[in-house]
Amino acid sequence: MASLIDLANPTRFMRFSAVVLPWLAAASAVLVMAGLYLAWFVAPSDYQQGETIRIMFIHVPAAWLAMMFYSMMAVSALGTLVWRHPLADVAQKAAAPIGACFALVCLITGALWGKPMWGTYWVWDARLTSVLVLLLIYLGIIALWRVLDEPLRAARAVAILTLVGFVNVPIIKFSVDWWNTLHQPASVLRMGGPTIHPSMLWPLLILAVGFTLFALALHMVGMRAEIMRRRVRTLTILEAERLDRLATQGLPA
Amino acid sequence: MSIVSSLGPHAGFILASYGASALVLAGLTLAILRDHRAQKQALDALEQRGAGRRPGRETS
Repeated sequence: MASLIDLANPTRFMRFSAVVLPWLAAASAVLVMAGLYLAWFVAPSDYQQGETIRIMFIHVPAAWLAMMFYSMMAVSALGTLVWRHPLADVAQKAAAPIGACFALVCLITGALWGKPMWGTYWVWDARLTSVLVLLLIYLGIIALWRVLDEPLRAARAVAILTLVGFVNVPIIKFSVDWWNTLHQPASVLRMGGPTIHPSMLWPLLILAVGFTLFALALHMVGMRAEIMRRRVRTLTILEAERLDRLATQGLPA
Repeated sequence: MSIVSSLGPHAGFILASYGASALVLAGLTLAILRDHRAQKQALDALEQRGAGRRPGRETS
């Protein structure tokens, strides 16, 4: 716990992330490559869905990551509101575009999987609609960050919106159990264990871990960029104040 | 037999899924890396100008 608190310091985080990032990127590249090889050349086609099962290897990790990043944002929102920690704001802001992109990938691949299997790209069923709502919440959060200039004010407003929107995450997860949907029920993360054959489960899990490491690496780069943006903002304000002081004293800059 | 023909009648949907995902994730990666580079350049430029340093202090 003490080391986590130590890390929650922007300067220490910059040093730590500089060391960890290359390893994270390399591990994600190896796992994604291995997962794609297994998904395309080793996993068999499904007895019902045929070759379209290959779409699952992208669609499912994208759905998990869209929800995981929103959950991470909700934890960061608590960090912002309860402990007012600046690194929590930074983590929250950097996570939103990544989660939004995975939600978008989930919706696109789902539509392209739905057409040959269900006969339609889209239906307004509970699972599909709740994921679309998740994407819209992500876009709303990104827009709110851009509208409010002052980072601390923006962080508090976004944190409240994030926590309100978190109610959608369990709705996505359990929508297939609570309502009668066209989308199939959970077949990996379920009570009683996965129902997928290991020949498909392993490539899926390897790709899920690979994409998770890739997303975490992107998150780390995004956090580093955000920390630097805030330093740039602070230094620009200090510089402007210094020039202003010199101007009032009639001294050259 | 090529990969495309081995994917059967729904090859277009499968390839479009992977293509669209690659496009979205590549765009995201590029945007994040470009932002990181832009912020680093801006910070380096400000630090070189001595912004934020107290008057009279020398750079190490």
